[in-house]
Formats: sequence, C-alpha cells, structure tokens
Amino acid sequence: MAPVNISRVSKDYASGARAVSDVSLDIADGEFIVLVGPSGCGKSTLLRMVAGLETITEGTVAIGDRIVNDVDPANRDIAMVFQNYALYPHMTVKRNMAYGLTNRKMAKSEIDRRVAEASAILRLDDYLDRKPRQLSGGQRQRVAMGRAIVREPACFLFDEPLSNLDAKLRVDMRGEIKQLQRRLGTTSIYVTHDQMEAMTLADRLVVLNLGRIEQVGTPLDVFRNPASLFVASFIGSPEMNLFDAEGDGNGALRVGAMTIAHGHDRPVSGKVKIGIRPHHLMPAENGSAHGELAVTHVEELGTERLIHGTLEGQRCTLAVAAGYPAAERMGVSLNSAELHLFDGSTGRRL
Amino acid sequence: MTVAETRSDIVAAAPAVRHQRRISWGAVGDHAILIIGSLIMIVPVVLAFLTSTHDVVTIHREGLQFLPGGEFAKTYGNVLFRSGGFTGEVNGVTMTVNSLILGIGFAVGKIVVSMMAAYAIVYFRFPFGTFAFWMIFTTLLLPLEVRILPSYEIVQSLGLTNTYTGLIVPLIASATGTFFFRQFFKSVPDELVEAARIDGAGPVKFFIDILLPLSQTMIAAMFIIMFVYGWNQYLWPTLITTDEGYFTLVRGIKQILQVWIGSNIPEYGEAMALAILAMLPPVVIVVVFQSWFVKGLTESDK
Repeated sequence: MAPVNISRVSKDYASGARAVSDVSLDIADGEFIVLVGPSGCGKSTLLRMVAGLETITEGTVAIGDRIVNDVDPANRDIAMVFQNYALYPHMTVKRNMAYGLTNRKMAKSEIDRRVAEASAILRLDDYLDRKPRQLSGGQRQRVAMGRAIVREPACFLFDEPLSNLDAKLRVDMRGEIKQLQRRLGTTSIYVTHDQMEAMTLADRLVVLNLGRIEQVGTPLDVFRNPASLFVASFIGSPEMNLFDAEGDGNGALRVGAMTIAHGHDRPVSGKVKIGIRPHHLMPAENGSAHGELAVTHVEELGTERLIHGTLEGQRCTLAVAAGYPAAERMGVSLNSAELHLFDGSTGRRL
Repeated sequence: MTVAETRSDIVAAAPAVRHQRRISWGAVGDHAILIIGSLIMIVPVVLAFLTSTHDVVTIHREGLQFLPGGEFAKTYGNVLFRSGGFTGEVNGVTMTVNSLILGIGFAVGKIVVSMMAAYAIVYFRFPFGTFAFWMIFTTLLLPLEVRILPSYEIVQSLGLTNTYTGLIVPLIASATGTFFFRQFFKSVPDELVEAARIDGAGPVKFFIDILLPLSQTMIAAMFIIMFVYGWNQYLWPTLITTDEGYFTLVRGIKQILQVWIGSNIPEYGEAMALAILAMLPPVVIVVVFQSWFVKGLTESDK
C-alpha cells in the first residue's frame, strides 16, 4: 500500500497523436481514484502508463517513493484487472491466481495461504479447480480480482473491469469492488466510461477529456460544481440541460424570450451557457412559469418520468415524479439557486 | 365407386404421409455428391487392397481384382519381412521405421522452427521484422523442387548424404507453418500478454507457460499436415539416400517394381501391398486426430 504520484505526464504515440497531455495527480495511500471520460480521452493510456504497459513520453510516475518510469511492470508492485479478465484459459482458477506468485519464487505454503484467503473473500472456494471457461462472467471477474489480491500490491489498477458484464451483475460487482477496496485499504485506480460507476465507486473522481484533466474532486463536488461545460454534460444522468443565454450585466439572464434572475454574486454579461439538472426544473402554473416546454416525448423510468421537449427552441429535459401528467405544452420554472453558469467561449465555470 | 373411394383415401392419407416423411431433394442431391466423391477416392484404394491379396500370375493375367484372394498373408509377409534390394539389407519394417523417422522428425522440426520464428515475429519489435516475415513468406514461391540442386549441393558438401540429418534438416524451414502460427499468435488477446507481463513472466516463461499450452490444438493440426507431407516425400529422399538402409516406404514401392523386372513377372501384388502399408500411418493419424485437427484450424480456446 502506497501513495501514487503522477507528475506532469504526457504520452505521444508514434503516429504523433497526443493521448495524454500534462497530467498531474496525487493519489493518497488507500484512496480509490476513478478516471472517467468518453472513449479516447486518454484514461486507459494513463492507467497503462502507471502499470508500465505503455512508455511515458514526459513526466514521472512514482509509486510509494520510487519513480517507476523505467521499472518493468512485474516489479512495480501493482496488480491489474482487465476488461476481458485476461485469465489464462488453460490454467485452473487456483493456478491463475498463483501464477504471478510462483513466478516470484514464493514459498508454496505462502502461495496456498494467500490463494485460500483470496478465494474465501471472493467466494471462489468451490471453483478453484475449474477452468475459466467453466465459469460465468461474474465469477471470471472475481478470479481476475483474486489474481490481483493475492499479489498484495501497493496499488490496484482496474481497466473497465465491469464493462463485459450485464447490467444487474455490474451493479452487484460494483458494490463488491467497493467493499473489497475498503476492506483491503489498497490504493486503487479505476478506469471507466460509465459515470454511474465513477460516481458510486470513487473517493475522488478525475474527469478526463482529450487527454487533459477537466476536474478532480469528490463525486458530490464534481456533481454539484462542475468545473466546465464538459464535466457538466458528462456527469449526471439524465444529462444536465444546457442553454445558450445572454447576461444583461444586471443579474438577469435571457434565454430567448425568457428572463431568469441568477443567484450569481457577480453580474454576468455577454454570451454564456447556463446549465440546470432536469431535477431542478419544475413544472409550474402559467403565472410563475419562466417559460413553456414544447413536449416531444416522455420516458417512463418507473420511479420518475423524463419529459423531453424544447424550451425556447433549445433541447430540454424535465424530471418529474412518476404519474405526473404530461401535456403538449407545460409551464416550467427554473430554480435559480441550482443554475450553473459557464463562459460562452471557454466553457469554464463562472 | 371404387375410384371415388380410392381418391378419398388418398386425400385422407396424403397429409399424414407427407407429415411423416417428406423427401428433401436438396438433401438427396447433397448426399449423392458426397457418396460419389467418397467412391472416387475410396474405390482405387479398395481395389489396390483386393488386388494385393492375389498372386502375381493372376494379377498379370487378369488385371485388377474385385474380390479378395487367398494370398494376403504371403504377400504382406513378404513385403514386411523379406529382405530385398541389391544389398538384401532392407525390408518393409526398416522402410516403415525410416518413413516414421522422416515423418516425425520433419513434423517436429517444422513445428519447433516455425513456432519460434512466429514468436519472434509477433512478439518482438526488431528492425525489419515485417520484412523478415515477408521474406519467409515468399519462400512459398520456392518449393523444394525449384531449389533442389543447390540444396543437394549443400547437403552433399556437408557430407550429410545417407544420413537422417541430411534427409530431414534441409526440409524443416516452413513458411506455411510460420504463417499459421503467426496468425494464431496474433489472435491471442494483448491483455493476456500484458497480464503475464505483470505476473512476472519473461519471454521464455510466457512462451512455455502460456503460448505453448494455448497452441496445443494448433500444434496438433500442424503435426498432422507436416507428418503426412514428410511421409509422402519422394524426390528428396531419392536424391539424398543411395544406401538402401535409409530407404523410405514411398521409395520402396518403386524399388519393388524395378528390382525384380527381368524375365520375371513384376511383383504387382507386393507393390500394391506396400502402397497400402505406406498409406496406413497417415490415415491412422488423421482419423485419430481429426477432431484436434479441425479444432486447431478453426476454433480458438482463448
């Protein structure tokens, strides 16, 4: 167990493409860090650089107090869980878990002890003599985790480990991973493109876009105060509503014909983007409504319903309680305390 | 009345009959093609076998035989155990042993060399790696027959004529094998390689612990192909071995017909018997390993 320090790391591929640019991140001992972003944002490349599977073009990666740029993956004191499990198909579950330890010339009794311990934690006792193909997806994923656990590494690296599982299992495994990490207290870096997974697992969330860090923070912090338009639209489901607006410099915003007072301490003028989560838009009677939503379709989620439509010609989604009646046109009011303002040109939070 | 009755019977019976057994002409056609194809391939072999059980005079007078004769034990005994040739040192058993050595040595050698070549090409970045692969690949255009003179020259100058080494080693380099193993290795997921790296398996360990077991079926398939190919070699052994102690079965067939030509009737029966014997081991290998063979070339256990 050790802190991980990523300092000004960049990665250029031979083709000249820059996958990761100037990323710095301090990960505390025992922290669960989730790297999240759309595909191609460089999150996997960053993880693979920590693992040593990808060379580092610039900057340094340190695990504990040792800079590991030129250290072989086997000697970095890490363990990695892959998306497709990457179990050795011809080995039994037991040998799969023990393989890395055998290669380290560890004493057999110690290997047995660790495998027994890991399989007990992961409820794999009954499957130790099976081959991976005789296991279900969830069990295979647990074996892959077992292989990581027995190493007792300084740091776990997860590369989208749940993406190959079906939705229900994914939720179960998510919980298991979280509990396991708590229990073992091992520093973990977890890569995913699923913002739900990111929110639920992370101690701290790192949102990446185009090879750069957009925002680092606790899930709630990132959710409540997105640092940029990108983070605002990426984190949260259903997605945040974003409108083009214009500030008049006197504390009011105009979206089309609609005028909204914003609670910002500074007056805003010129072109801005405003964001508001679907749950902070409220259906309103004609008198108190800010504007009118022209409804296009309704999604039923069971616990609530999402009403999609256009507000002043811009796409808008409204989340209401299940069973709330939807009309062709609905009055909508915005809770100005929940408004997010972003610079129209840079996309940064105002 | 009767006519009407019959008709109603037909009408009533027809659906039931059709339900029970409908002749699918497509399937009949498929089977016909398969049966004809099988016959074309099997009948000559069966004829050769049946003919080989007759005595020489009958064969010489009446040609191919369609019924079994009574000379089975004698012909096959002669072929296997009676020494023949100029030196009288070679019999069917020694030739079979020679053929086996050639076939197995050939197959094992080819697999080892091509697997290692493919391993280097797929997993190591070295200058001109791709170029090296395509160089190997273009040797497909240069089969043994084309380069037989230089090959002979080299083997002869090394003093390897009339040795098993001279018989096997020059034939071992295999573009086909390298190509197949390369394609197979390329289909092994990268994550497996990476997992092994993190697990501390070096290049040799990865090859032996992971790649070799994964390639089992592929190796079996290659073994079958290469064994049959080596077993059936004719031109090269003819050139390299003049000592009858190194003769293979395939060569022996010709020898039987040639050596006893004179005022005697050629030993057609024995030649056929030897041909049948020469055919058996490859057939046995293919029959026994056919499931592996298909598996190796089609599915991947990864």
